[in-house]
Amino acid sequence: MAAEVAPEVAAVEERQAWVTSRDLAVALVREPVVLLAVVFLAVLAVAAVFAGWLAPYDPLMPNIFAGRLPPLSEAKGMTGAVQFHVLGTDALGRDMLTRLMYGAQASVAVGVVAVAISGTIGTVLGLAAGYYGGRAETVIMRTVDGVMAVPSLLVALFVLSLVGGGLVNMVLIFALVRWVVYARLARGITLSYRESSFVEAARSIGATDARIIFRHILPNLLSPLLVLGTLEVALLILAEAGLSFLGFGLQPPEPSWGLMIARGREYLREAWWMITFPGLAIFLTTLSLNLLANWLRTITDPVQRWRWLI
Amino acid sequence: MIANVFGGYFLRRLVGSAVMLFIVMSAVFVADRNIGDPARMILGDTGSEEDVLELRIRMGLEDPWHVQYGRFVAGLVTFDLGETFRYGISKPLAHGGIPESRETLPIAAERLPATFLLTGVTIALSVLVALPLGIWAAVRPRTFGDRLVNVLSLAGVSIVEYWFALILILLFAVQLDWLPTSGFGTAAHVILPALALSLRPIGRITQIARSSMLDELAKPYVTAARGRGIPLSKIASIHALKNAAIPIVTTIGDETINVITGVIIIETVFGWPGIGALTVDALKIRDVPLIEATIFLLVLMVLGINLLVDLLYALLNPRVRLG
Repeated sequence: MAAEVAPEVAAVEERQAWVTSRDLAVALVREPVVLLAVVFLAVLAVAAVFAGWLAPYDPLMPNIFAGRLPPLSEAKGMTGAVQFHVLGTDALGRDMLTRLMYGAQASVAVGVVAVAISGTIGTVLGLAAGYYGGRAETVIMRTVDGVMAVPSLLVALFVLSLVGGGLVNMVLIFALVRWVVYARLARGITLSYRESSFVEAARSIGATDARIIFRHILPNLLSPLLVLGTLEVALLILAEAGLSFLGFGLQPPEPSWGLMIARGREYLREAWWMITFPGLAIFLTTLSLNLLANWLRTITDPVQRWRWLI
Repeated sequence: MIANVFGGYFLRRLVGSAVMLFIVMSAVFVADRNIGDPARMILGDTGSEEDVLELRIRMGLEDPWHVQYGRFVAGLVTFDLGETFRYGISKPLAHGGIPESRETLPIAAERLPATFLLTGVTIALSVLVALPLGIWAAVRPRTFGDRLVNVLSLAGVSIVEYWFALILILLFAVQLDWLPTSGFGTAAHVILPALALSLRPIGRITQIARSSMLDELAKPYVTAARGRGIPLSKIASIHALKNAAIPIVTTIGDETINVITGVIIIETVFGWPGIGALTVDALKIRDVPLIEATIFLLVLMVLGINLLVDLLYALLNPRVRLG
């Protein structure tokens, strides 16, 4: 135990208000697994955003000369030119790597956009509920309890089966069911700071409610919200793939990782690469996001930060 | 006295769950009545106007909405959620007329044992693996073993269940031919779906067991006990585990609910005759009464588990039931 006390004392002296980007870089280098995860996510983001320029072939154009080719095969393209397929092709002869890159687009779009929307709504409502209390708090938190009591995936499945799949509908339904987790977190932290001495001090020198909320309480929320948001992106990428796999999410011929697994399932015996690569893509993305969230939780916690920075 | 207070708490939670179920089913009712004409969907384009009208009358769709809603609410209480004209009905519709019908709730309810079996085996497997693993990691913090458990549990949480299920099928059923690819009946059939479903709960329960044990082991009474010469393994398994149990029990409850959602996909992949696969089938053919019956039972299960967890929570933590 004694060995643990000393660094903590040191940490008190070194405790800073903000982690600088240099601190982050140093801490990252010391944790190779997390560094690998961050590199993977960066590559994925670039592949998704610039898929239109980087992808070797067309994601939708079938090629009758190249159906179900194993990885590292060559085939004649529809134009006559020889094409090389690093990760093989699917049943319609479309390049797996190309479709994985466009599939990343769908996953990243659903994950990031839905988290941005639900995170903003949830944080604002949670802050309001925690800060003002009263009837608004009761109504908001009862709604939160209600939405949380029903599994999000079931609600998404039901609503999407009624209104139809597609990217926009998925983002909207995820935003609608997931804001509650941010509201609960934001309210909890706001409550614990509402009566704190620094808020009281701000109020006593005449700070407005808006200033107290945004200048004094919100900064304390950012780190936990960042961690939660990272975890939620992972959760929603899994959910998008699952719903698309079942046929209620993105619709063919859209490239989606979940849809690719669903199609590959029909050729399970003959073409292992058709399910292996999209599954690995989802798994590595969620694993990287989880590793990142885990690390962010430690690095943004002033009490635990010393383990990484000293 | 304590039994009384506890009974009051239980009653409050029970009423809360019933209200919740009522609200969810009302939302389902409203949504289901806004997706077009169910009678027309059943009879298709070839059904005559007279047949559609007759079927609408039989389904009660010609009544005013408040009569329909009243009947729906009464049905929730009496466990009668109407009849299906599509699912499992063999009579062809080609020559017009109204098809036969079947009560929906019995169709859905007879799927429950299979789902209970799969969920039970999955959770039992998860707890048996995760609890020792988490405690093992907690008594040796920041060692190589602890880090390995941490990364493995994160990998478990990140797994794509249905993909992992397909890989398992490919490996153990197609390549090695040890286990059946799908179906239901023998003990061998439950192994692959339970394995596919268990990785996520194993990961999450391990993490929570590890972190709550770490918190507990840092407390002064543990230091005092160690000072008296009691071995750490004994302190961990006897004293600390009991105090760390509350977050662990809550997580097991949450994970049971996640597994119930997970069976929706996994049952479809393995052809497991549970309520999850039935839900997907009902949604795919847009069979409104059957959708209502399956969602009713799924939400009932989830609320029931939530209630059970809250009760266990109150049993383990007196401050909750007396507060």
